[in-house]
Amino acid sequence: MTDTSPDRTERHDPVYDRMAESADFIELRRRYRGFVLPATVAFLVWYLLYVVLSNWAPGFMSTQVVGNVNIALVIGLLQFVTTFLLAYLYSRFSSARLDPLAERLEAEYTAEKGR
Amino acid sequence: MDHQVLTAVLFLAVVALTVVLVVWASRQSSGAADFYAGGRGFSGFQNGLAIGGDYMSAASFLGISGIIALSGYDGFLYSIGFLVAWLVALLLVAEMLRNSGRYTMADQLAYRMRQRPVRQAAAISTVVVSIFYLLAQMVGAGALVGLLLGVSGDAAKNITILGVGLLMVFYVTVGGMKGTTYVQIVKAFLLMVGSALIVVLVLAKFDFNLSDLLGTAASNSGKGQAFLEPGLKYGISETSKLDFLSLGIALVLGTAGLPHILIRFYTVPTARDARKSVLWAIGLIGVFYLFTLVLGFGAAALLSSEKYADVAASGGNLASPLLAEAVGGGDGSVGGAVLLALIAAVAFATILAVVAGLTLASSTSVAHDIYNSVIKRGQATEKDELKVARLAAVAIGIVAIVLAIPAKNLNVAFLVGLAFAVAASANLPAIVYNMFWRRFNTRGALWSIYGGLISSVGLVIFSPVVSGKGLDPTGKNLSLLPTSIDISWFPLENPGIVSIPLGFLLGYLGTISKREPSAEERYTELEVRALTGAGSEKAVSH
Repeated sequence: MTDTSPDRTERHDPVYDRMAESADFIELRRRYRGFVLPATVAFLVWYLLYVVLSNWAPGFMSTQVVGNVNIALVIGLLQFVTTFLLAYLYSRFSSARLDPLAERLEAEYTAEKGR
Repeated sequence: MDHQVLTAVLFLAVVALTVVLVVWASRQSSGAADFYAGGRGFSGFQNGLAIGGDYMSAASFLGISGIIALSGYDGFLYSIGFLVAWLVALLLVAEMLRNSGRYTMADQLAYRMRQRPVRQAAAISTVVVSIFYLLAQMVGAGALVGLLLGVSGDAAKNITILGVGLLMVFYVTVGGMKGTTYVQIVKAFLLMVGSALIVVLVLAKFDFNLSDLLGTAASNSGKGQAFLEPGLKYGISETSKLDFLSLGIALVLGTAGLPHILIRFYTVPTARDARKSVLWAIGLIGVFYLFTLVLGFGAAALLSSEKYADVAASGGNLASPLLAEAVGGGDGSVGGAVLLALIAAVAFATILAVVAGLTLASSTSVAHDIYNSVIKRGQATEKDELKVARLAAVAIGIVAIVLAIPAKNLNVAFLVGLAFAVAASANLPAIVYNMFWRRFNTRGALWSIYGGLISSVGLVIFSPVVSGKGLDPTGKNLSLLPTSIDISWFPLENPGIVSIPLGFLLGYLGTISKREPSAEERYTELEVRALTGAGSEKAVSH
């Protein structure tokens, strides 16, 4: 049974220090941060671009594309598309590149703690 | 056929169904992990539905379609911001929170910092965000239910607020997280099916030609092509444009700091299930916000000028219900009455699910963070803590009812935007720093939480939503305070553009001005646990 009491001073466990230095963990952190940090910057910039264009480029945004569909609507709908796409890409990336490492590390932890 | 009778019957059916579910859920609940986290036994799909049920408030369902119906394209920002925000939760928050915490937002801060001060700060912020949000929902419910049942007057609003308050306290005290989750799943299902039905009926009227729908909406709205372009609502002046930017930032960064959303990540067995629940939620919420676009433009396109005026008089809230009536066959038809009653019942279920989630989040934090850790120094028994959690739910219910009744005729819609701004300014900086920055410490957490909280609430007090906006052409007061009082000096209605960077800056300054070696050492432990799940809380087996 892991100690999960809310008092953090009871929690310190050297097994975590050893895991943190393992090659698997260093690689897991590198892969995770390598994906989420650039992805977060990218979607926030893309979203803010949409807000800024709506505010300060009304002429461009109201250009009609097909019938009554204008660029503003297309960019708005593209925000949906990119959100779905990024969610899908992260799901694929994490199952293929993160989960195997995380599972291996967790199994090592469980073996060491004898649970 | 009278739609009001049918509406009332469906309201009662929603209440009966949810009460039965909650009582049933209570029979499978025993300990703290059941009450706070539903035993961590929900699947990713179930939790994804429940997240949708927790998140898509009446403000989204009725409010966004209403803003689009009245102001056209500008209402679309809400839909986009509310959806894109989920990427923050997916990429940066959900999985790591699931692995490193237990029941509340404060858990993952307390993992490596000084327990009592950070729990106290996080609990105060949780309760403030939840009460603001709760108040907006309850005042909205008061106005809405009267409108939908065709009864007006203060008595009807008071009874509705009281009824909603009692129901949410019942759901939480009896059903805990399990009961609340079932209510949210039922609501998400009703909301998706109900709105999909109306959307299909609307699109069928235009032979599924979006351009025709937009064209008719533009000409019927009386505003022409401007109705389809940005700027109708927010493009009036440079100040209103800044307000739009501020709102946009608050929406996208607020979601992953909303306490009632954060605690949902604890209801699944593993971090991978937390990820799956967010993926399901993104799918559901995304489709739903595409629906709101059709509902809003559909209402502008299909409602008669008389009904459109009713929508405007309701501030937009009646757009979806009246649209349902119109596509069902119009005023006086059986189809119209049935669909109107259906959408009204969906809106009611929506309110109930959201207020239950908010009440649960705040009572959990009061019991687990304040009572057990701050007052009892972690020595409270599980039984006592749960007793306090139930008492806290009752107390929060009473506070919400007592605040909502006098506020029932005030314009409190700004409270939703404010709740997002507080969540983004006070909670998100602490959560993100804690997970990604080894050096982050207790002082940084306290400065960012209290600084973000005080600056966002403070700026709103001195903003036009509280005073100084004056009367609209019909003589309605646009601010919260009477027109004789004007204390406004902050020009924007949403404080996010100032308070969110301030929350991050204070977190940074607090951290670098003091070293806390123990917080830095334990970061290793937190990070390993957050990324691998080693030692994380397991599901309860009965």
